[in-house]
Amino acid sequence: MSQFAINLLFVGASFALYIGIAIWARAGSTSEFYAAGRGVHPVTNGMATAADWMSAASFISMAGLIAFTGYDNSSFLMGWTGGYVLLALLLAPYLRKFGKFTVSEFIGDRFYSPTARIVAVVCLIVASTTYVIGQMTGVGVAFGRFLEISNTAGLLIGACVVFAYAVLGGMKGVTYTQVAQYCVLITAYTIPAIFISLQLTGNPIPALGLFGDHVASGEPLLAKLDAVVTELGFKEYTAHHADTLNMVLFTLSLMIGTAGLPHVIMRFFTVPKVSDARWSAGWALVFIALLYLTAPAVGAMARLNISELMWPNGGISGDAVTTQQIENEPEYDWMATWQKTGLLNWEDKNGDGKIQFYNDKNEDLQAMAAEKGWEGNELTKFNRDILVLANPEIANLPSWVIGLVAAGGLAAALSTAAGLLLAISSAVSHDLIKGALNPNISEKNELLSARIAMGVAIAVATWLGLNPPGFAAQTVALAFGLAAASIFPALMMGIFSTKVNNVGAVSGMLAGLTVTLVYIFLHKGWLFIPGTNSFTDADPLLGTIKSTSFGAIGAAVNFAVAYTVSGMTKPIPQEIKDLVESVRVPRGAGTAQDH
Amino acid sequence: MSDNSSNDAYWKANVRIILISLVIWALVSFGFGILLRPMLAGISVGGSDLGFWFAQQGSILVFLALIFNYAWQMNKLDIAHGVDEE
Repeated sequence: MSQFAINLLFVGASFALYIGIAIWARAGSTSEFYAAGRGVHPVTNGMATAADWMSAASFISMAGLIAFTGYDNSSFLMGWTGGYVLLALLLAPYLRKFGKFTVSEFIGDRFYSPTARIVAVVCLIVASTTYVIGQMTGVGVAFGRFLEISNTAGLLIGACVVFAYAVLGGMKGVTYTQVAQYCVLITAYTIPAIFISLQLTGNPIPALGLFGDHVASGEPLLAKLDAVVTELGFKEYTAHHADTLNMVLFTLSLMIGTAGLPHVIMRFFTVPKVSDARWSAGWALVFIALLYLTAPAVGAMARLNISELMWPNGGISGDAVTTQQIENEPEYDWMATWQKTGLLNWEDKNGDGKIQFYNDKNEDLQAMAAEKGWEGNELTKFNRDILVLANPEIANLPSWVIGLVAAGGLAAALSTAAGLLLAISSAVSHDLIKGALNPNISEKNELLSARIAMGVAIAVATWLGLNPPGFAAQTVALAFGLAAASIFPALMMGIFSTKVNNVGAVSGMLAGLTVTLVYIFLHKGWLFIPGTNSFTDADPLLGTIKSTSFGAIGAAVNFAVAYTVSGMTKPIPQEIKDLVESVRVPRGAGTAQDH
Repeated sequence: MSDNSSNDAYWKANVRIILISLVIWALVSFGFGILLRPMLAGISVGGSDLGFWFAQQGSILVFLALIFNYAWQMNKLDIAHGVDEE
């Protein structure tokens, strides 16, 4: 059977599994659709939350970004897990006690203002749409590879599949479908990692293998990797090169953003008890950590494998891989398949029949290149987002592992994209249209407006995904910055302060969202349209602060504006003080109230 | 629902646990993982140093411990102050 057929088989079988479970679970109860998680054990809910949470950014993109940058990209690892601490300690139990279903409802009630609710909806839509763009980037890479077509065609097909998937609706809401998606996703991520860790270090646990010894050389793996990459003129893998201030702010933005993204917070609204909301956040992080502890090992080991494949004859002092080897030898097959997507390319610039891969910006290497007659790096394109998907092929693993990774990558991207689209559509139809603009809308029209909102969101995301503002995980990082600057501060002040009033919260959210959005657009182009940017992240407007790191500053602006404005306007009424008091104690939580 | 002074004491105790947890949260990630890494450079862990390990593994493990510890402590506190769910 060809690899193509095996991939289709795995992807098809996993989809059949999700649909089968959805049908089976829905037959049991229709209310599951609305209250995924109610009456579900915290462990199960944690697993479903993990599937909801881990997207194309975590699965497809993150390890690639770590592989090519090393230590400096540890921000992704700490940021996307550390946010759960904030969520568990600062938000989840209180929002569960409050007992409504959406984030904007809490903001609207706590700040006793329909305007606050609408502003929250706008913040939510902006952050979620940016998030979907990142997912579409990942979907494009995955479909491009498995259907063996160009990235653009893959993106368009992926968009149709995501749309159909999200419109099928309940599918995503059913907790057990997500449990199945989590199982597929985590197996697909860890199995190749275990194989590769065994090959390189003899240790079956990748997280331990990363700090173990490299079998072939006897040196510690990380020391070997540092030696190999510096020999090729790249920066030392484990060293700290990034600007420290930017790294701190970036990590903080990802953490705060995690605790401000509506599709994850929503999961804690419907657990049976307040104490379960606390446990659920912990279990979610257990299941997320299984992938996040493995990812740095995947990145480091892939980087080593790629470097050794390009220099198979004893590093840079031996001969580079020949074009003949790339064409004929099975361990290089992955290069030809990925070349078809347009995301990987090489060119024999000096016509010596070999492909020299090195950092041609490095002066020492330029000197060596002049001596040996090289005319620049010949591995001309290596998109970071292909690394995880190509990894099992790079390590020459059996075909079924490659098919499994295909299914896992798609599960990650589709589940999160569909979840976000549902969050956007319910925000538009339920909070915006029914809650504010037209309270008498019929149920049929409410559903129709939800579908239209979903269609518009996916069209916008696909169009912008054709020219994404960065690799999948970087685009997603922008979404986190927006959530960090707008939603999280409002929620936190709503619980921990009895001073912040309606005007303060609205001004804070608007200020946080606006400064962050403007800062991002100044660097990434207005509405992410290429060429309309005035600055680049290589030389940002404010010192060393990149657009992906600005969310933390946006959040600070939000807090500052909210407190200042609240101090100058009328104090909050007694009944809202009572509401805050009641949200703070678990007793009397009852079940979540329907609208 | 119990009286207000007890609720105040409950809330103060809660905020105290949160603050201690967040200090540890910041120490392992921003501290050991980034800012204090040069100070930990002398402690080597499998081919790199302790700071690198905290940035890529350790902080995640500590985050897990923090959340479970918080859930456990708060459940005790709920009962002690009589505000647990019946």
